[in-house]
Amino acid sequence: MSAELDQLYQTIILEHSHKRSGETEQDVSSAGERSGVSHQYNPTCGDEITVRVAVTAGENPTVEAVEWNGEGCSISMAAASVLSEMAPGMTLPELEAMIEHFREMLRSRGQVAPDEEILGDAAAFAGVSKFVARVKCAMLSWVAVEDAVNQAASKARTT
Amino acid sequence: MTTTPLDNEQVLQLKQDFPLLTETQVAGHPLVYLDTGATSQVPLAVADAERDFTLRHRAAVHRGAHTLAVEATDFFEDARATVSRFVGADPYSLVWTSNATEGLNLLSYAMSNATAGSNGSEHAERFRLGPGDEIVTTQAEHHANLIPWQELAARTGATLRVVPVDERGLITPQAVAATLSERTKLVAFTHVSNVTGAITDVPGVVAEAQKVGALTVLDACQSVPHMPIDFPALGVDFAVFSAHKMLGPTGIGALYGRRELLNALPTFLTGGSMITKVTTEHAQYLDSPVRFEAGTQRISQAVAWAEAVRYLEKIGMDRIEAWEAELGGRLARGITEIDGVRLLGPAPGVERVGLASIDVAGVHAHDVGQLLDVAGIAVRVGHHCAQPLHRELGLTASTRASTYLYNTTDDVDRFLDELSRVRGYFRAEGA
Ligand SMILES: Cc1ncc(COP(=O)(O)O)c(C=O)c1O
Repeated sequence: MSAELDQLYQTIILEHSHKRSGETEQDVSSAGERSGVSHQYNPTCGDEITVRVAVTAGENPTVEAVEWNGEGCSISMAAASVLSEMAPGMTLPELEAMIEHFREMLRSRGQVAPDEEILGDAAAFAGVSKFVARVKCAMLSWVAVEDAVNQAASKARTT
Repeated sequence: MTTTPLDNEQVLQLKQDFPLLTETQVAGHPLVYLDTGATSQVPLAVADAERDFTLRHRAAVHRGAHTLAVEATDFFEDARATVSRFVGADPYSLVWTSNATEGLNLLSYAMSNATAGSNGSEHAERFRLGPGDEIVTTQAEHHANLIPWQELAARTGATLRVVPVDERGLITPQAVAATLSERTKLVAFTHVSNVTGAITDVPGVVAEAQKVGALTVLDACQSVPHMPIDFPALGVDFAVFSAHKMLGPTGIGALYGRRELLNALPTFLTGGSMITKVTTEHAQYLDSPVRFEAGTQRISQAVAWAEAVRYLEKIGMDRIEAWEAELGGRLARGITEIDGVRLLGPAPGVERVGLASIDVAGVHAHDVGQLLDVAGIAVRVGHHCAQPLHRELGLTASTRASTYLYNTTDDVDRFLDELSRVRGYFRAEGA
């Protein structure tokens, strides 16, 4: 099939869309003491995700775990899976920097090359940036994680 | 008399009237347009009619006495006569709206106004709603024929009741009958589903509604473009449709209503052009159709829409309907022959228009659409503004192919051919 399509659907993306790290059967919609929950919905295509992110206690928390329930296209599911593998162990500034670069790359219409040092496997989503209609698919879970981690962090600091 | 449908040769010839269809390349492939269910393409004659009116005949209508104004008014009212005749109605029964959605909202708000006793509601008794009254719609509706009724119920205290679809996603007169009661004031339902392509038995539903004295509202968005329609013969009280799905311009649609009902219905938008006597305290309103046409209207769009109707009439709606039944049958049969692809709605062989939606096992609709797009095939993916029906069918999204008079069997076959590769490409289980 077309080379253009293969750029969008890199092997890593197709694999993650099937095996889906972080996806759980359990309901993740309630947050605990050091976790935050975010629900994101894309009304155009109906893609939907609920993410729960837990962080460690203390002054400088790191991400402990990412779990999610969701439904959507291969791009949105793979993006959630890749982030669920990468985020645990990251400090919050590291996570924020990675999300920021991911966002910048996706919005660049192919102009911003991925920095693989920062993005790791998520660099495979570079091809998405040329398919403007799919950028939201890739961002959905990342926006959810960003939101959930901020909630978790503010709780972790006050407890 | 039997109808001879169009054939591929004739379709290829008339395709020449549509520059977008002959000139567009997508990802290096000639475009196959299978998204008429969302909006149709426009032939040159329609674009020319709009341009000619705008450049040579433009003036305010129903307002001036100069020659140009009279001429423009003639164009405008001829357009109304043409579009209303197309659906078997007289011009007094056809109100211009901006689209079908606005027509349904007009009805919804006019009924609130009847309930409030405002907007010229002297004769509006039968449009009044209150607690205990029921509004009936169906699970198969486009959001445009659901949300205005939800909101009307919320504004008036009436109860909204929803007719369930059967296992194929169809609305049956029996299911409607089971939802009706002596308190049902209105039944709003679709003629052709924009998700399944199924055709509702309209006279059957109307007969049930009439037994309890309820008004009927038909969403004819997906029927008027594709088959001969006569609203008075169907027996509905009101109906809506949009120009942009039938070779016409965007920005204009129509509300059909039985004349005596429209004259009794309270107004919705108010202002210039729709009044008789106005004082600083009070206004009196004209009769239909201008009763509902406040402010300057979509004049060039109405003129262009009439040209679209003439284009369709020249070909013949019966021939278009017969051709699209062939295309729809080919779509349905072809889809069921592909492993792991589920056809929504009526089975092959059962009546449908040239529209079919599918669910591909293990592949999200968005991904299906992406693969087709790269092959130059334009289809619709998502919930097609019908979330309740998708939920009932166990889905959040589907992929829809929809035809028109400008599609060939080759267009359908190219779609089916690409579709047969989808599960393999995405490594879906069992592919
Ligand atoms: C069945 C049905 N009803 C209503 C609508 C709404 O039409 P419009 O957006 O032109 O108001 C559509 C089109 O999207 C439709 O297919």
